[in-house]
Amino acid sequence: MSISVSSGLKSRWTKALLFLLCLLPFAHLVAVALAYILQPDLSTGLWRFLVPSLPPNPLDFFTHLTGDWTIRLIVITLAITPLRKLLGVPDLIRFRRPLGLFAFFYGCLHFLTYLWFDKLFDFHEIWKDVAKRPFITAGFTAFVLMVPLALTSTKGWIRRLGGKRWQRLHRLIYVSAIAAVVHYYWLVKSDVRLPLFYGALVAVLLLCRLVVSIMKRARQRTAAAKPAPAEA
Amino acid sequence: MLIRRPADLRQRDVTPKQVYLDRRKFLAAAPAAFLTARELLSPRGEALAGTKLPNLTKSPLSTTEQMTSPDVVTHYNNFYEFGTSKNEPARYAQNFKTSPWTVSVEGDVVKPRKFSMDEILKLAPLEERIYRHRCVEAWSIVVPWIGYSLSALLNLVQPTAKAKYVAFESYWDLRQMPLAQPDKAGIEFPYVEGLRLDEAMHPLALLCVGMYGETLPPQDGAPVRLVVPWKYGFKSIKSIVKIKLVGSQPPTTWNMAGPREYGFYSNVNPEVDHPRWSQAKEQRLPSIFKNHPTQMFNGYASQVAGLYSGMDLRKNY
Repeated sequence: MSISVSSGLKSRWTKALLFLLCLLPFAHLVAVALAYILQPDLSTGLWRFLVPSLPPNPLDFFTHLTGDWTIRLIVITLAITPLRKLLGVPDLIRFRRPLGLFAFFYGCLHFLTYLWFDKLFDFHEIWKDVAKRPFITAGFTAFVLMVPLALTSTKGWIRRLGGKRWQRLHRLIYVSAIAAVVHYYWLVKSDVRLPLFYGALVAVLLLCRLVVSIMKRARQRTAAAKPAPAEA
Repeated sequence: MLIRRPADLRQRDVTPKQVYLDRRKFLAAAPAAFLTARELLSPRGEALAGTKLPNLTKSPLSTTEQMTSPDVVTHYNNFYEFGTSKNEPARYAQNFKTSPWTVSVEGDVVKPRKFSMDEILKLAPLEERIYRHRCVEAWSIVVPWIGYSLSALLNLVQPTAKAKYVAFESYWDLRQMPLAQPDKAGIEFPYVEGLRLDEAMHPLALLCVGMYGETLPPQDGAPVRLVVPWKYGFKSIKSIVKIKLVGSQPPTTWNMAGPREYGFYSNVNPEVDHPRWSQAKEQRLPSIFKNHPTQMFNGYASQVAGLYSGMDLRKNY
């Protein structure tokens, strides 16, 4: 059983499937955008299934779809390492980079939606927003911190930075995840259930790491404290 | 460089007449958007109030701006009693029972009384008033509301000299509105709102019983709501059951939920930002761009600015 799971995870097809899955929200977005631009009869043909009705507020729709998928994919990416250990399937690691990059992809679309439709590239206004409005500051932080991670996600950069340093740099995703949750929590008007849900997930995933690191350190200490075997 | 200015209104922005006329079928289909085709065939239209309101007078207070499609106005709602997502009221308010309905008008009045919906509908000639409606969230719509000035009702009960404010209360019933709880919606219930008496007596303040030629759909505040076009949308309380004239400023729901963000007055003001976003521009639905300049008092300054002369509108936001 575990062998078949493991070989399934190693197959090229599972990775292709993951890509397709991660692109589904984007496909939905494109379909809705096309429906807005082309204004087809939505009760006919494929449109009936793709876009049963136009969202009344396209800005809301794009913002929420891209924001939701950014935070979901950040959480899923963060879950990979604990799940590998918990389920004993180390091969899950193959999915971590694409998932992280897709989180960044949706983050870019989310940011672009804001820049273009909400602010019409008025950079003076945008800068005022970032400086003045805590929820924008938090969202902007979450996004900016993902940029170096996306850029250094290649094998070449892992080699250049060295495994340890690369790993340390990529811990920025913890800060990014927290900032994303704070961004969400601060932006909702009154119903905080979803932001709290994501906050709880991120907290559990970060706590997992804390526990593992404390245990590791404790083990190292006891190993170091053991008296060296006497030299005969 | 030649920059082509798009026409304010393109053909595709106009709802085709047949779609508009058949809107109730679409509304009925909303609960199962993915089954649209099948749903259109099932006769669920009755779930919506949607009775034609005849003999409407056109009001000189109407704007000539392009009206928003009723499809948007009925599918993009802030009505937390029926869920906090904009698409939830259209889904969860469909079985809202709005008949029989009474509105109790009480407090500092000479003639307190309960009005049945029938009485409210006949209390004054029904007018169609096309108003701009600006949400505090920086989107706006243009809606042909139906009703008459709230002053008509208030004059009937005769406020006493003690009356300085008007407090409004929405219907609240957990059996019909299971989502209307503080731990789910993040606000207290029943929803309450308030106006100063002179604001409430202003001819623009509308007691509203319909829109687009018909009675109000449940998600838009059936059977009777307030429309105060120079204030942010949340002041225009929905599904009113109680109107009480009082001597001091009454508590209001959003002010209690976030006193720094939502003031008692909440007049539309492009110069006073919400702490979390700018109020200088708005998104005129269904446009995707937030590029429509917001006007002082939502464009009703010439009529209502006098109500606030001498007041610091930054403090009294």
